[in-house]
Amino acid sequence: MIAQPLTVLNTRRAPRPRLGVFKFASCDGCQLSLLDCEDELLAVADRVEIAFFREATRRPLEGSFDVSLVEGSVSAPEQEAEIRDVRARSRFLITLGACASHGGIQALRNFSRVDDALAIVYATPETISTLPSSRPASDYVHVDLELPGCPINKRQLLSVLAQMLSGGKPRIDQHALCLDCKRQNVVCVLVAHGSPCLGPVTSTGCGVLCPSYDRPCFSCFGPAPQPNTASLAERFQAIGLSADHIRRLFQMFYNQAPEFLEEARRHE
Amino acid sequence: MSEGTRTIRIEALARVEGEGALTVHLREGRVEDVHFRIFEAPRFFEALLRGRDLTEVPDITARICGICPVAYQMSACHALEAALGMSLPSPLRALRRLLYCGEWIESHVLHIAFLHAPDFLRFESSIAMAQSSPELAEQVRSALQLKKAGNAIVNLIGGREIHPINVRVGGFYRIPRQDERAALAETLRAARDRAHALLRWVAAFELPAADHDYEFVALRHDDEYPMNEGRLVSNRGLDIAYAEFPNEFQEHQVPYSNALQCRRKGGGAYFVGPLARWNLNHDRLPPEAQQAAAESGLTWPCRNPYASIVVRAVEVLFAVDEAIRLLDTFEPPASAFIPFEPVAAEGVWITEAPRGILYHRYVIDTVGKISEAVIVPPTSQNQRQIEEDLIRFAPSVLDLPDDDAAWRCEQVVRNYDPCISCATHSLKLKVIGR
Ligand code: SF4
Repeated sequence: MIAQPLTVLNTRRAPRPRLGVFKFASCDGCQLSLLDCEDELLAVADRVEIAFFREATRRPLEGSFDVSLVEGSVSAPEQEAEIRDVRARSRFLITLGACASHGGIQALRNFSRVDDALAIVYATPETISTLPSSRPASDYVHVDLELPGCPINKRQLLSVLAQMLSGGKPRIDQHALCLDCKRQNVVCVLVAHGSPCLGPVTSTGCGVLCPSYDRPCFSCFGPAPQPNTASLAERFQAIGLSADHIRRLFQMFYNQAPEFLEEARRHE
Repeated sequence: MSEGTRTIRIEALARVEGEGALTVHLREGRVEDVHFRIFEAPRFFEALLRGRDLTEVPDITARICGICPVAYQMSACHALEAALGMSLPSPLRALRRLLYCGEWIESHVLHIAFLHAPDFLRFESSIAMAQSSPELAEQVRSALQLKKAGNAIVNLIGGREIHPINVRVGGFYRIPRQDERAALAETLRAARDRAHALLRWVAAFELPAADHDYEFVALRHDDEYPMNEGRLVSNRGLDIAYAEFPNEFQEHQVPYSNALQCRRKGGGAYFVGPLARWNLNHDRLPPEAQQAAAESGLTWPCRNPYASIVVRAVEVLFAVDEAIRLLDTFEPPASAFIPFEPVAAEGVWITEAPRGILYHRYVIDTVGKISEAVIVPPTSQNQRQIEEDLIRFAPSVLDLPDDDAAWRCEQVVRNYDPCISCATHSLKLKVIGR
């Protein structure tokens, strides 16, 4: 699929660009971030037409969308057709959060498949439909932009919408969280307390949340570009973490992100 | 379709958390069948938790629901601490109650102003409602500011509004500083008038008449309005400890839904959530909240499910005042958490999520890994009650056109503020041969 032109929003003749919010397998937390924009929500609603948002309105699904926000992973058979339908209706498709971009925490069940003897048994299986694994939207369709986080940062979402409304190509920062700590003079929990912090390999976006609460980062925002997971894992070993502990650190919200998937495998 | 038969179908319910559908079959003015179907894809949390370290449980179970993550963290922490034989000192207990106040405010105001009020005033959404008149725009704006006060609590105590990071088994990672707490108390004081205004607004809604002899189930505490602790009681004489829950309640799989339904053993539906808490605990509310409730015209007991929206507003007002009280009387503890050593054990707990009782049970092994997890959220428990309400209600909308009849039925469902993401957290996923 071809990437959509990025200036769609202000070149369209329609009075206001149409926004759609779609849900797949998820906790609703990422779309809730939009309703959590108390100060901006009504202003956003004036500038874009919220044309589909089932959690907020009874309006039925109709027509096409200038921007679609997709939350949740594809994990039931009918959702495979649904994500293709959303793509076909959308000029610019943004996935929200770990679920939509990498399968989310529920993708932990994908690991059950490694065993040949696997069987999935429900109380009455014939009434439940589920795919054998939890998959990101990008396994099925072209995705124009992925917003990281579990949940996403609402400031990042607003900034992306604002960039698009002014006709720009939306971009988000991607450097490692570590750098933010240094810039904000937050005490390094790895150096100072020997806590297993994933900040060196995690993408920025949370606003240095955990380290400023005396907690090591557990990577709600997934891998930063080219993360050196192997050297961090060595460091963890040196401070006395078991292989099982290291594996579990990489098998959280971004357990299917290739870099974390790989690193976890090395500690099985 | 033969004469006299009619089906009211709502393929996808709007203004609820998650994905659900509703089918009401009518024949000659009688309701044949009602299915509140939950089709959201299951996410198998109870299976995912097996083999995880007990310290990871609050972070993982939070992801069951973005609307009420604190509830999952609270039930999980208390159940695991019960297994480890720990109990927390009062400042940590107070901080947890404060955090829960924040979530009640966020969740209730969201439901009142965004998901439910548009039903009473006949708008497709609260955005359409806000765009219809300056007065309604002001109501929505004021509600958003009130919700923000709830967010501010979860933000400070939890670290962020959705999926807090500051909660751990044994307590917290960091105790908020005096200056942070003082600023939060100010924000909440400024929100009190808005909470009163919200109650006055919803109290003026015209509530459809309804009266039914429900079994209400909620926690009851010796001297507090229940959040994190209490006995499980009902208006029909139930009075049990958490661990007895499985003796009295049972989950069933129904063929048309992706969520398990919980019912009374040997009995039927029961009612959990704000209306149940009000009926079983109104004497535990402080005098100001009781007085505001009385002035709003809310009766006690109250058996009209439409009045749930008023009870939610009363609970919001209570939670704002309770949060201020907790902040004003807070004495910082010596340490942010209580350390522990894992032991093989089982732990059970129930807390009051915004939508009603949330049951967690864990079995942990000698190294602190989870070997079994059971989670029963409020929406699974209200599901059967929702269907029974619809069976009683549907004949009254027979004369309306389909779309109107459907809308009225949806309103009945929304009385319960169903959270479908919560309800589909589970289903049995058994992995053989691992
Ligand atoms: S990424 Fe996290 S917050 Fe967002 S929908 Fe998935 S579980 Fe919820």
